[in-house]
Parts: sequence; structure tokens; C-alpha cells
Amino acid sequence: MSHPENASAFLKDQSKAKWHDETLWFVRDKRDRISKTVPEWESLRNLASQIKDNVLSNLDNYLEEFEKNALKNGIQVHWAKDAEEHNAIVLKILKEKNCPAIVKSKSILTEECHLNPYLEKNGIEVVDTDLGERIVQFLNQPPSHIVLPAIHLKKGEISELFHEKLQTEKGNEDPEYLTHAARTHLREKFLGAKVAITGVNFGVAETGEFVVCTNEGNADMGVHLAETHIACMGIEKIIPRRKDLGVFLRLLARSATGQPITNYNSHFRSPATGKEIHLVLVDNGRTAQLAREKFRNSLKCIRCGACMNTCPIYRRSGGYSYGSTVPGPIGSILSPGIDLNKYSSLPFASTLCGSCSDVCPVKINIHEQLYEWRQEITKAQGTNGKSLSMKLANGIFRSPLAYRISGKLMRIALKNLPNSLIYHPINSWGKGRNLPETPKETFKEWYHKNRS
Amino acid sequence: MNSISPNIALFIPCYVDQFFPNVGIASLELLEKLGCSVTYPIGQTCCGQPMANSGYERDTAGTARHFTEIFKGFDYIVAPSGSCVLHVKEHSPKIAGMEKEQKGIQDKIFELTEFLTDVLKVENLQGSYPHRVGYHASCHGQRGLRLASSSELQEAPYNKAHHLLKNLKGLEWVELSRKDECCGFGGTFAVTEEALSIQMGKDRLEDHLSHQVEILTGGDMSCIMHLQGIASRNRENIKFKHIAEILNEAIS
Repeated sequence: MSHPENASAFLKDQSKAKWHDETLWFVRDKRDRISKTVPEWESLRNLASQIKDNVLSNLDNYLEEFEKNALKNGIQVHWAKDAEEHNAIVLKILKEKNCPAIVKSKSILTEECHLNPYLEKNGIEVVDTDLGERIVQFLNQPPSHIVLPAIHLKKGEISELFHEKLQTEKGNEDPEYLTHAARTHLREKFLGAKVAITGVNFGVAETGEFVVCTNEGNADMGVHLAETHIACMGIEKIIPRRKDLGVFLRLLARSATGQPITNYNSHFRSPATGKEIHLVLVDNGRTAQLAREKFRNSLKCIRCGACMNTCPIYRRSGGYSYGSTVPGPIGSILSPGIDLNKYSSLPFASTLCGSCSDVCPVKINIHEQLYEWRQEITKAQGTNGKSLSMKLANGIFRSPLAYRISGKLMRIALKNLPNSLIYHPINSWGKGRNLPETPKETFKEWYHKNRS
Repeated sequence: MNSISPNIALFIPCYVDQFFPNVGIASLELLEKLGCSVTYPIGQTCCGQPMANSGYERDTAGTARHFTEIFKGFDYIVAPSGSCVLHVKEHSPKIAGMEKEQKGIQDKIFELTEFLTDVLKVENLQGSYPHRVGYHASCHGQRGLRLASSSELQEAPYNKAHHLLKNLKGLEWVELSRKDECCGFGGTFAVTEEALSIQMGKDRLEDHLSHQVEILTGGDMSCIMHLQGIASRNRENIKFKHIAEILNEAIS
């Protein structure tokens, strides 16, 4: 299904759509308020963007430096060129450890690689330990938002789900009660897992350490109880120095949820005695995106989700309307690089309002890239009815006479055709909107009479 | 501005020419009242934006060449549309052999309120407009041309439209809940994403209605046409005017 069809289906439940819009607007507003308490906010954004520019221009060197230092720290480093290789590497480690069940803290990369279904197919139980992710996992759904995975669900729906899965009291919607139930349930899973998988927010080239940010402490809990930690990291997550972290950590939580800092920013440097850390560095289309001059900037993303919260389209169509792992504006510039055909409607699911680019903490020119993807997509689609009408329009607008004649014909038609024809269902404009009244003369005609 | 009167061209976007001649007339009369010598080059057509935003920028070369030919000789080009001005500045395809003229046009084309505040340096407009007015910040003017501070950014608050309207006697400027959210017009988005477009328009309209706005104004008739279309379909009690119409009426 294309984005317009999905959006239209989402909007059928008007009260829920309104709630979804208001809930995410609340997060956007919280982000606005807290960002305004940091006087140097715009300089921080500039700095973060420049650091990422430097990273993208020197990615090969930083990755080698990072690997060298990580190895020195006793971390085992693996390279995966795509999702398939990534999943195979993870499975191989799990088999070696003879591990039937793992706990996993939030990682968009493993979603992108579809690790969960792959491991389950191979007989391994996967438990997502982030509360929101556990909720969508119970429902067999992917996250609908990269920071707030279950934001599309209301607490009544979660209460029902927990009643079914965790035997909580029927009808009890108290968030604290429900969270406690999830906590008890997850505690058991934590205690039983020999291997914990996490994502990576930042890999520090200078020290070979990496940082994982969670609000629930679930990454730490999993890692500290398990014997083996597998960290899955996209190769663009590198930052050069430890001191650069301050720039990103200050921006990340404020942009994501309006918090001053993420609750847990956990640094992993070397395995504890008798334990192992495996780091899987994944390309999966990132170097291809890096080679696309107009779109390489998209790799600066630190996955804060602010562009989703601010996007008037995302707020009113929900994460699933995009049909891609990363939804919203950033997803719409990343996904066409993965599969142009499949995601061809996404760059058009925007009014190019530019709010995404203004909230982005690393200053990705998201709306400009949406515009550029449109140009690429129409080129790839070749000649069709739309492209011919555009050529015709260009022919009209380059000729003042053709413009005058076609304008006149349109205005005569609008004035004289019956409303039943103008507001026919195939005319999408007229479904929910009236057309302006056709004036008796154009400005050009008026000017001719009155000024020349 | 120089003491010698500059040669100003009025660019009236195609849909304004065809559907909203009064906005063109108001823009012209307003500039004349403020002492400008204005010409409307009669051969003008369209800037090419509808095609470019649909992904066919490459097919607007002929349109862009024609635009450049028509407007190249003027000191300033002024248009009552932020969106079309932004297109000319940022998305016109390069015209081989006319690079200099094209660059010249991109540097001297202005949206109307921007021209009044930044070039004419209009301060303290005297006039009267006793109405409750809500301002719709169209996105391309807002975040493309920076006609007002953005709610997303850390910057000192400003708004060029407000600067022009604030001294009009009796005018009540209404503060909205979401002062710079998109209305959902978005060019072809309005038809390709019809359901979303209508929902966004309804929500924007509701912000104005719940604040008892009497007249909704803005700098782009495209967004206003969309909002007006929804309001008129739902028989809402609210009027719509381009900011040029308000200013021209108020200072006469």
C-alpha cells in the first residue's frame, strides 16, 4: 500500500488520529521548551553537524582507528556488509554460546536487519526489554516510532494486552501498575539470558569504546547479567573523540523527548573478567548512501525522532503509514536509497514545510533531500502520464500566448460546468474543499484595461 | 532605497492571475501608494514550481528561461507569494548562457512583505483596520525565506507581516496555539495526499476559529485558497484576505 492509502485509513478513526497528533505535538512542544533553556542551542547544532561532516569525510580512517582501539580493549570486532551477514554473525555467536534465549535492548539497526524473525526462525527466543518494544513485540508489530515504539497505542489497549499476556487485572489502566507487571515479567527474562544484544548510539574512535543510551536502564541490566554482550552498530555511528560526546548527548535527549539528559548513558569499553563483548559493524547500504552526494548528509542522523514528532504528516498518519523501518521525514530520505521502487511514495508524503530540518539536532537538510528524491524518483519511473503533463505544462508556461489561451479555457470550463462535474469523486481537490469563485477577468486583463 | 526611483517589476503568480486578480491589484496599488514605480511585464506566465515540486524540475527549463528573459532588466522583482519566490531562488534549473541574468534575478526577487520591510524599510504604517486578524505563516515564506522566526529555532522573535500590521488602528493580532504549523496545501500534495491535506487544513482552521479570528490572512494565496475551500465547504464563519489586500485597504 502507498502512503496516501495508509494515511487515509489512519485518519478514518478521527478521535484516535487527533489524539496521536496531540500526543506527539506535546513531545515536540517539550523539546521546544527545553531547547530554549540552552542559550547555545544553535551553536551546538552547528557543531554537531560539523563533527558529523568530518566523520563522513573520514569514515574509513575513523572506522579503522575504532576497530584497532576496540581490539586493544579486548572487544571482538565483526564486519557485516549487509543485513544477511549481520544476522548470520549474531546467530553464529549464539550457537557457539549454546544460547536458546536472548534479551535485547532497543536497536533500530536490528529492526532494519529483521534480526528478531531470523533468530526466532532459528529457534531462539528474543525478548525486547524496552517497555515500548516489548509491547509491540507482544502484538507482533514493528515499532511505529524509533524512540517511542508503542506511541500509536492508548493505555486501554496496553491494559487489555497485558491482561492477556501478563495476567494483569482486567480493566486496570494505571500506568504504574502496568509498568510494574512488565518489570516483573522482564526481570525473569533478564535473569535467564546468557547473551544480551544492544544497539550502539555512539562509537568513539579515539578510545574504542561505545555508548548506549536508554531511559529504562535495560541495556545495562541485560549486559551485566549476561556472559556475552553483542553490540550491533551502523558504521555511521562513529564520533572522533570522547569529548565530542558532550555535544551529542546534550542534543539527543532534549531533541528526542525534551529531557535534559537520557537516564542511562552507558559506556562499554572492555569485557569484565570471564565475559565477552562482540561488536558487529554493519554497512547495509550506508556506503552506497555515502556515495550519493545529495543524500550523504542523511547519515548524520542520531535517531532522536524529533523530525517525526514535528512532522504534521507523521503526526496525522502514524508510523506504519510509511511501511519502512525508520518512518517519518528521516525515513523518507533513507528508505529510497534502500529500495527506490518500494518507497517511491515516501518523498511525496510531505508538503516540504521544512519543520524537520529546523528541529534536526545535526542539521540534516531533510526537506531539501525529499525534494531531491522526488527528482530521482520521477527520472527512474520514466515516461508516464504525469511526466507528459509536466512537459505539456512547460510548453504552456514558456509561451505567453499558450498560457493565456489555456488559462482562459480553464476559467470558462470552471464557470460553466455544473458542480456535479467539477466536484466529481475523481477530482480530489473538490472532495473536501470548494474551489474559489472564478473571477470575471484575470489580473492580466485588468492590467491591460487599467494601466497600459 | 536609492533616491532615484528603482525600476520594480511585479510578478503575479499564475494562479493569482487566474483566480485572485484582486490580490494582484492590491499588491500593485499598495506599492504605488508607497511611492514605487511598478511595471507588470505582460508576457509573464509561471515560475515552474508546480512541476519542480512534483519531481520534474528538469522539465521547467523552458519556463525558467522565459521567466529570466521577462524579468532580467529590473532592479527588483516583487511577488505576493513566498512560495513562488523561494522556487525562483532555489529550484530554478540552471539556464545555459544566462547564468549571470539568472543569478541577478535570484538576488533581487522579493516576497511582498519582505520587500516592504527589508528594502522599502517601511516603519509605522498609518491606517486603520478594525478587525481580529489571524496570520497563516505559509511554510515556504516562513522557513524558506525566513519571513518570521521559527518556533523550532532558538532565535529572537520577529515577524515581518506583524511588523507591517501592528500599527494599523483597531487591528487585533491573534496569537495562535500553533503559530507556524503547515496547513497541508503543499501543491500537488493537496490532491495526491487528499485525506491528509484536508485534515491538516481543518486543524489549522480550527486554531483560527477557536481564537475567534474574523479574518485569516497570509502571504500565499495557495494556502489561503485551500483553507478557504475547506471553510466554505463546511460553512465556517471566517473571511480570508491576502495581506496585500489588508494593507492596501487599511492605508487608503
